[in-house]
Amino acid sequence: MRRLREAADAVASAAVRWRGPVVFVAVALLLLVAAPAALSPFRLELLAKYLCFAIAALGIGLAWGKGGMLTLGQGVFFGLGGYAMAMHLKLAEAGPGQLPDFMVWSGVETLPAVWEPFRQPWFALLMVVVLPGVTAFLLGLLVFGRRVRGAYFAILTQALAAAFVIWLVGQQGLTGGTNGLTNFTSFFGLDLADENDQRVLYSVVAVVLGLLYLAFRQVVASRFGRLLVAVRDGEDRVRFLGYDPALVKTVAFTLSAISAGIAGALFVPVVGIISPALLGVVPSLEFVFAVAVGGRYTLAGAVLGAVLLNYGKTTFSEHYANGWLYLQGTLFIAVMAYAPKGVIGVAGQVRDFVAARRGRAAPAVVPPARVEEGAAA
Amino acid sequence: MTGVVPGGREPLLRVTGLSVVFDGFRAIDGVDLTVAEGELRFLIGPNGAGKTTLIDVVTGLTRPTEGTVHFAGRTLNGLREHQVVRRGVGRTFQTAVVFEELTVEENVDLAASFRMRLPALLRRRKGRSDEVAAVLDRAGLLALAERPAGVLSHGQRQWLEIAMLLAQRPRLLLLDEPVAGMSRDERERTGELLVEIAREHTVVVVEHDMEFVRTYASAVTVLHEGRVLTEGDMASVQADPRVQEVYLGRSRDTRAAEPVGADADAGREREGVA
Repeated sequence: MRRLREAADAVASAAVRWRGPVVFVAVALLLLVAAPAALSPFRLELLAKYLCFAIAALGIGLAWGKGGMLTLGQGVFFGLGGYAMAMHLKLAEAGPGQLPDFMVWSGVETLPAVWEPFRQPWFALLMVVVLPGVTAFLLGLLVFGRRVRGAYFAILTQALAAAFVIWLVGQQGLTGGTNGLTNFTSFFGLDLADENDQRVLYSVVAVVLGLLYLAFRQVVASRFGRLLVAVRDGEDRVRFLGYDPALVKTVAFTLSAISAGIAGALFVPVVGIISPALLGVVPSLEFVFAVAVGGRYTLAGAVLGAVLLNYGKTTFSEHYANGWLYLQGTLFIAVMAYAPKGVIGVAGQVRDFVAARRGRAAPAVVPPARVEEGAAA
Repeated sequence: MTGVVPGGREPLLRVTGLSVVFDGFRAIDGVDLTVAEGELRFLIGPNGAGKTTLIDVVTGLTRPTEGTVHFAGRTLNGLREHQVVRRGVGRTFQTAVVFEELTVEENVDLAASFRMRLPALLRRRKGRSDEVAAVLDRAGLLALAERPAGVLSHGQRQWLEIAMLLAQRPRLLLLDEPVAGMSRDERERTGELLVEIAREHTVVVVEHDMEFVRTYASAVTVLHEGRVLTEGDMASVQADPRVQEVYLGRSRDTRAAEPVGADADAGREREGVA
């Protein structure tokens, strides 16, 4: 009897230990093998877009879920990465010494100095990480150092998203204004009109998501990850452990900005456009909605939410063009009220509920210690 | 007993002319205090005497209106909380604050790791360090190491706070009412822990529970209305009529009406100073 139970325990603990890696490999196979084989090029491109949002969601899961920083301005970092990539693609397309098409239309005669270095692919790729990273780092030091937090931080980041969009729109000759940057035909040698190359691009997005997921998992599992949770739950107490919470939050916020930047950079070749309308207050909120619905306390929940919600948005909009907003709002309220841990937390909630019910009934019948003795005899 | 070592060495902690004013209320009013290396000092006094405020000032939580705090020969004035910890001053809180979602072990491990730089912090924790294990053992929490701190009882939380404090390896430990709300058994265990810690550390304890103070204190500083009323060993402090007055002041009139003898002693026992 006891040996049987020990064996069952060993299996259970092995299952717990291997569940993560097994799920990861299964999802990787699904995304890298099954999806490209099963989906039409159109659907695959949409999936690639969802995965871009999932990359940004990783950062929100870290900053908001683990660090308690409700960042409503991820569109800014998504945009910085997106524009850095788009500027390079436009220049590569125009050819050496030539101006991007939209500048010609706007009557710009010489290439603005900030555009020049983006001719170099390495510089553009570096900027995809550096622009959002440095912006978030400086902002974090300033804001967290002054102990701005909670709703004040959320409002500040939202205002930043609004201001960023206004600035972009106002710089017609520099950024393409309201239209943004669009009409891309190739991406580092890939022909964006070719179906095979589109599949390659999709795989690049999926692999980047997988690698970033593993990297963020490492951050969450490290001492720093524990420290981040400690800052979320008791920032003032953390000071008396000898850490500066402002620095901890700044690092997490910077990582989240970098993930949004990378997401934006991949979004550009996948969707073929980057424009202010994709970065403002509403899109930034939608990033956060998705993470809340999926489950903000785990990175997997954040990724799941981004894919589910954006899939839902596409599918639903195809049938009822105006219904999505209402459904999204209802979904958000339902999750906040009944499943604060999101879709991914529902299973755990159900398990806890069942255990609690059984726990209330069980001791009245046979105390656990008795069962142990009975088994030994 | 005033903290000045015969050799004339600089005391570990020297507070000079300290005043703290909150909206016109003088919570601390010209306090001088020195604590020598290796000392176990109790800070006592009635409610509102300024004991916790004094600790708050030393640890950077509250800015003094006047006066200086010197620790190990350098000023702590103007430093932020985590910088004070980095200088070697650690504290606990009246209501223990632990990180409920982290395990007991993770709580202690974080406290032990603050000297690490960011790249080291970004690595996973590999097993349990000897130091963390020793501290957990000392605080009697080894069996609970892998449980979330949220499941701990009130007393266990205080011990976890003390364990976290020890893991920081501070030069000066400031404990704010470590036995508040504890059962008799828990108080006894905490007292033993305290004595053990004090053998190797410099400790300042703010305490309200007079029975606890009588059992474990040797050196006592009495604060009253933001000033140092008196300092000395337990016996002389207890004998000081001023101390009896601040503790018993309000009940003196009623006591006069009580019959002299065993009942009066019992009354005094209840009030806290015997």
